[in-house]
Amino acid sequence: MAKIVTQDLNLWYGNFQALKSVNSSFEAQRITAIIGPSGCGKSTLLRVLNRMNDLTEGVRTEGKVLVDGSDILGAEADLVSLRKKVGMVFQRPNPFPLSIYENIAFGQRIHSGGIKKEDLDALVERCLKSILLWDELKDKLNKSAMSLSLEQKQRLCIARLIAVKPDVLLMDEPCSTLDPQATARIEELMHELKRDYTIIIVTHNMQQAARISDDTGFMLLGELVEFGKTKDIFMAPKDKRTEDYITGIYG
Amino acid sequence: MKRNPHLTQKIAFFLLLLATLLIVVPVGLIVVIIIQKGLPAMNWQFLTDIPRQGMRAGGIFPAIVGTAYLVGGAIIFALPIGLLAAIYLSEYSKENILSRIIKLAIINLSGVPSVVYGLFGLALFVVFFKFGASILSGALTLGIMILPIIITSSREALESVPDSFREVSLSLGASKWQTIRHIVLPNAIPGILTGTILGLGRAAGETAPILFTVAAFYLPQLPGSIFDQAMALPYHLYVISTQVPNVDEKIRYGTALVLVLLVLFMNLMAIIIRSKLRKNKKW
Repeated sequence: MAKIVTQDLNLWYGNFQALKSVNSSFEAQRITAIIGPSGCGKSTLLRVLNRMNDLTEGVRTEGKVLVDGSDILGAEADLVSLRKKVGMVFQRPNPFPLSIYENIAFGQRIHSGGIKKEDLDALVERCLKSILLWDELKDKLNKSAMSLSLEQKQRLCIARLIAVKPDVLLMDEPCSTLDPQATARIEELMHELKRDYTIIIVTHNMQQAARISDDTGFMLLGELVEFGKTKDIFMAPKDKRTEDYITGIYG
Repeated sequence: MKRNPHLTQKIAFFLLLLATLLIVVPVGLIVVIIIQKGLPAMNWQFLTDIPRQGMRAGGIFPAIVGTAYLVGGAIIFALPIGLLAAIYLSEYSKENILSRIIKLAIINLSGVPSVVYGLFGLALFVVFFKFGASILSGALTLGIMILPIIITSSREALESVPDSFREVSLSLGASKWQTIRHIVLPNAIPGILTGTILGLGRAAGETAPILFTVAAFYLPQLPGSIFDQAMALPYHLYVISTQVPNVDEKIRYGTALVLVLLVLFMNLMAIIIRSKLRKNKKW
């Protein structure tokens, strides 16, 4: 069953329509890439999925977004539990100016008061292991996260998110500030994480989408032009616009 | 004649330097004179004794204690209210005409002459609430006077915390208040502390707000409760300089020196705290 489904989703920033009746469905345990030129609405679509768009003033939505079958756009939707379930990794690595340990512990500290020290230690270890940084960082857990490299910071942000035990990871161009080697390692990590999470990644980089994703959606001017298996989109696009974008005629 | 750019530059540089010196020199002179004339009065007895012989001898201990009470009281009152107001203005209020008017009004309030605060304190606390001339009235008046400083600096400190921190925190499922409590406030503390200490320095040095609300002309004993009058350093200095004849010069300058040192000390604390915490912040 699809983890997240959007039905006739429209979104306006003031008078500007950023999403035009988007119908999509994101499967669990798969990586779905959303590609398209700048300003096509791909980040907007991503940010609807855990309602981060609420922070922007003048946003209006129509249609439905179903997460595990329940509509999250309704007034009665519980944002806290939605965001625990659907977490986000941002474009710029943005750890809190706290220690590495406290960055990962943050989610637990706010969601479950009075957690035991041993449990927290175990959680930090587990999360750092799942982003493959435990061996590197286990001796400097109390160092400031600000002292890490960009790649380590981005990994730490993923670990901080995993600590909240989400089902879905939304990634908004997570590698755009990283060099190619670091990008390759993050992509490898995403492959590891795919087993346990639904991953949706917005990327500028078509090759990245082709490398890592199982499904791909192509967006243009707020429309989801084509959505399907990645190899179909890249090898045999049905829409002329998709083909033009993928072959580099524009974008 | 063609202008020589090097010469023009030198003249401009000289004028700028002159303007700077014009500001620095008088300040330096004041400090030097106060230290030079006040230092001879400085001894343990001067700091810990009560004034004697109609303030012509003895020490200034009650005035120091009075000022400490007033400043402490002002901060107990002003910091919580100011901080909460700043949090509301920077984190919760929407940007509209009302909030802009409020912010503008707060900035303007910090420019209101202190004697106006004194009269306001007299009318509200001394007369209306019937606190009388007392430490309570004086501290509340000083508190109101430094509220705008605390609100403005706290608001700036809160607003300088990057939005990306708020965004991540919310995206991890934290509520707005948890975000403020765990992420925004801790990162704003340096700025808040700095503003608070600067406010304290201002409260310690002002005469007009305490003139009608608390200050005792001559009270050679320590206050027993917050409903007592008290002596305070700035007012004491005014009294022995202009109201009491034949006070030894070194007592007057000694009092001024203590007051200046007190304010200097607080400002220094603010600077140290700020630079120390700024070093840790790396965004």
